Amino acid sequence: MAYYDLDNKGKLTVSPSPHINSSATTRGIMLHVLIALMPALGVSVWVFGIRALILTLWTVVCSVGFEALCCKLRKRPLTVGDLSAAVTGVLLAFNLPSTLPLWEAAIGAFVSIAVVKQLFGGLGQNFANPAIVGRIVLMLSFTADMTHWVKPFDSGVDAVTSATPLVTKEGAYLDLFLGRCGGCLGEVSAAALLVGFIYLLIVKVITPHATLGFVGTVFLFSLIAGEDPVFQILAGGVMLGAVFMATDYVTTPITPLGKIIFGVGCGIITCVIRFYANYAEGVSFSILIMNILTPYIDRFTETKPLGIAKKGAHS
Amino acid sequence: MKLSGIFLPHNKGTQDSACVKLPLPKTVRIPMLMGIGAPCVPLVIKGDKVKVGDFIGDTDKLMAAPIHSPVSGTVTAVEDHLLLNGRLCKLVVIETDGEQSISPDVMPPNVRDKRSFCDAVRISGCVGLGGAGLPTHIKLNYDQNTRKINCLVINAAECEPYITSDCRTMIEQPDSVVDGIQQTLKYLDIERAVIGIEDNKPEAIRIMTEKTASDGRIEIKVLKSKYPQGAEKVMAYNTTGRLIGDRQLPLDKGLIVMNVSTAAFISDYIRTGMPLVSRRVTVDGDVVGNPMNIEAPIGTPISELLKFADTDIEKAKKILMGGPMMGLCVYDPDTPLIKTNNAILAFGESRKKPQTACISCGRCVSACPIKLMPCRLEKAFDAHDIDTLRRLRADLCMNCGACSYVCPARRSLAEKNQLAKMLIK
Repeated sequence: MAYYDLDNKGKLTVSPSPHINSSATTRGIMLHVLIALMPALGVSVWVFGIRALILTLWTVVCSVGFEALCCKLRKRPLTVGDLSAAVTGVLLAFNLPSTLPLWEAAIGAFVSIAVVKQLFGGLGQNFANPAIVGRIVLMLSFTADMTHWVKPFDSGVDAVTSATPLVTKEGAYLDLFLGRCGGCLGEVSAAALLVGFIYLLIVKVITPHATLGFVGTVFLFSLIAGEDPVFQILAGGVMLGAVFMATDYVTTPITPLGKIIFGVGCGIITCVIRFYANYAEGVSFSILIMNILTPYIDRFTETKPLGIAKKGAHS
Repeated sequence: MKLSGIFLPHNKGTQDSACVKLPLPKTVRIPMLMGIGAPCVPLVIKGDKVKVGDFIGDTDKLMAAPIHSPVSGTVTAVEDHLLLNGRLCKLVVIETDGEQSISPDVMPPNVRDKRSFCDAVRISGCVGLGGAGLPTHIKLNYDQNTRKINCLVINAAECEPYITSDCRTMIEQPDSVVDGIQQTLKYLDIERAVIGIEDNKPEAIRIMTEKTASDGRIEIKVLKSKYPQGAEKVMAYNTTGRLIGDRQLPLDKGLIVMNVSTAAFISDYIRTGMPLVSRRVTVDGDVVGNPMNIEAPIGTPISELLKFADTDIEKAKKILMGGPMMGLCVYDPDTPLIKTNNAILAFGESRKKPQTACISCGRCVSACPIKLMPCRLEKAFDAHDIDTLRRLRADLCMNCGACSYVCPARRSLAEKNQLAKMLIK
């Protein structure tokens, strides 16, 4: 008998090992990130009023909508269930001033989801953080609206313009820490972002490497450059970027060493832009530049397999 | 340096249930290849009468151990058999006569020195009982002039979920384990032995500590229950601190790594002369009514083991030989029990969750015990990028499956890596 007749055996599944899986799913991870973003959202509603919530919901609806539309146009399975578009929506809102017109926010969501994410192949394929690119495009297109800040706790429709702490270089540490200051939705409260950071560490969604590399570098660079290091960390988008952008899986390096390099790079570029360039804020650009460098960082921080001869190896 | 790994649910519910002997099956079907190496040539033809312990298969190839009849009875067929790995080999079918009369060849071997010890181990049909099934005499019969072995590592990690057969060996035959170790130390002139046991087997640890207390050469090393603790490289490193490098064998680091049940078998063989014709196997899984450890003749259809453990085979969607991390699926419930089979698991659910896009979370990279990058390897394999596969050392993968287990996108990383290994060969 040369061949075996397997047809009549039939009912058992034959598949390669392993035959069990951990309970972690992409959707579960994204849900953890959404939960971690909630304290910061709460603070921004407290500081900027209901308008912050409306803008956030709007960017989430737009992001998920564009994601669904793209899936349909690309004739791919609907992926909105993995919640990654919702995370992008919240992060985009966090990078916008609360007064931004909704139609402009919708353009931001379109750039983030349709252009940066889906045109490059969807989840896992985007080279840069979608929310960051969305913000940068809005920043360059609608500069006035994107720098139209309202005073904290001024829920009036006719918002009073107020510069961010980075421009005025003023602000008590405690106000900055708690979020009693002007700025983008999500960046105002370092405390709330810290709560999210700790949550993500506890549920093991992120490791601290990139965040600590980023914040630590800003601290050191500021110290050396003669700026107030604590102020530089608390004001502006450093905490938001370090906790939620520099830890994005897809657009940052895989290995711990790569993550540290990424964080340090972000810190240096942020400080250079803040101290020596024309922009008051450099977090978005620093993350975008490091996103672009990520494939190279990954290439040079490949793990060394166990037992491969190297200098000083355990033998 | 701490090696990576993952924490799995243990599911070792059979740990406290004493091993039960299976009633003699009506027929046994014995494949002529059970593990790594060359297949044996059948030494019997249809109609031959055999007794327990009679040779029924052997070969003059180096990488092979002979095969003995586990029953007394009549050879009813010698046929082709499709192994789970897709290879074909010969298979001997023996109808049992119920007598279980023992062959006159079964007598304690005359062991005096290394040479006769290794010969005895070969003749016993011994292969590594932990899973891979390398003929044991190959490991033992190293060249004493060029190599010096100074430590025998006894692998009692049993790191896969469900499996408890090694654990039961330590609880039920501790004297055989210790004697097997002492004989190996004596005849191979090895200074010391370390028994590596995962900390989820407190009873086995207690008994082995007690039994080895009088022999200063034998050390018990309690290891964290972290998969794949029982992988040879991981076991060797965590018990002795010696790192088995690329293209190296344990021999190159002065080590022999042996499974604990193998050690117990060697002792039993030298004492009784009964070759490897039966083994202890864990039968478990969610459709198994009464999970237990069973001692059964090699060649028993696993359906009989499952039925003995009150399994509704109709409900089984997936039957595994071995653990859930590295075990192989059987396509036929009547597949025979083989020497390397430490567990038979039957599950009622076989549907795999759909795979989604890789999000580069790096969980696979931090899980890999040998620090490979499974997510990168998968992409390189999909692109048939042989240079990258070689650079990232796909060949070092031992298919432990930790990467696939932790992947939140349910990607078949271990599977792809096995294919990648073949691609770059």
